[in-house]
Amino acid sequence: MISLTSPVRTRAHGWPAAAKLALLCGATVVLFARTDIGFQAAAFVTALGLYLLGGRQFARQGGAALLQLWPFVVLVGVWHVLTGDIEAGSVIILRLLTAFALANLVTMTTTLWQMIDVVMALTAPLRALGLNTRALALGMALVVRFTPALADKGTQLTQAWRARSPRRASWRIVMPFTVLAIDDAENVAEALRARGGTNP
Amino acid sequence: MERNLTLVALFAALIAALGLIPQLTLAFGVPITAQSLGVMLCGTVLGAKRGALAVLLFVLLVALGLPLLAGGRGGLGVFVSPTAGFVVGFPFAAFMTGLVVENWRQGSLALVAGVAAVFGGIVVLYAFGISGLAWSLDKPLSEAALLVTAFIPGDLIKAVLAGVITAALARARPDSVLSRA
Repeated sequence: MISLTSPVRTRAHGWPAAAKLALLCGATVVLFARTDIGFQAAAFVTALGLYLLGGRQFARQGGAALLQLWPFVVLVGVWHVLTGDIEAGSVIILRLLTAFALANLVTMTTTLWQMIDVVMALTAPLRALGLNTRALALGMALVVRFTPALADKGTQLTQAWRARSPRRASWRIVMPFTVLAIDDAENVAEALRARGGTNP
Repeated sequence: MERNLTLVALFAALIAALGLIPQLTLAFGVPITAQSLGVMLCGTVLGAKRGALAVLLFVLLVALGLPLLAGGRGGLGVFVSPTAGFVVGFPFAAFMTGLVVENWRQGSLALVAGVAAVFGGIVVLYAFGISGLAWSLDKPLSEAALLVTAFIPGDLIKAVLAGVITAALARARPDSVLSRA
């Protein structure tokens, strides 16, 4: 499965994931605490600059991700033009874009496995309480493995439906789809037990 | 243990796979997908605890950077976007849905699961979603609520489907409907 990490290598790819996440938390708290437009504009320009440091292709990928916010930008923009409070609207839009851009920057420069390492480090204290964190790691691996497999089965079910009916399959395949998922889960559980389970 | 783990993981994958069924994006960018149907099914089929764990696993993987949300969205940006409340509310929605199915033992499962899905998947989920919108867009709750009312009819249909599908599953695979085990 393809994660949202950018294939364009930047210097930030090598930085420790925990440090990037801590910085992001701090930056987001500050962004939501400040309401002056000068600060928000400067933060937005800085975020754009960070993307440009990664090169043109990297910045283009980041820009494409930011585009998903356009309905909210339009909505808030129109709202504040109508109410006449344009400065407050600009602060909301800039803050929204900057917070998203910074969070997405961490996602784009950190691999899934680095992120999972952080999760495992954060959950380590739970092991002392007797919780099995290996099950969490195994669960994540299973989801990564089974999402494309299930999506394939969904496509096959849709095609089988189309071969038999002129109408669209839509929700009618959800029931057989769920049965397939449950049967898969039972088989995998048996295979896991046969190989020593979650506590080998 | 292994059975619980694989059911939880497979239902997390099911939510992701349901997100791939072509979506309809209505006004304001909140996409209408089968994904929230997956969240409802986690609660009605797996019950409160396991259902919430399955959705939590899904949300965790979205946060870690997998594009599992409908439309290929994912990553940390999701959690600061205006729709963050809905994603954060997913595990709570599944938990409350499961809690209703586990405790309301009389009547047909289709009806109970449907009502549970309305409560968890609409009342609880929208409480989170609307709060998230209000916080992110700096608007009062009443105005944020207005933005999402267009999606309630679609979610009511999904709740009915969740009820029908859960009852059908209880006939096809009775041992796997853990909310009634």
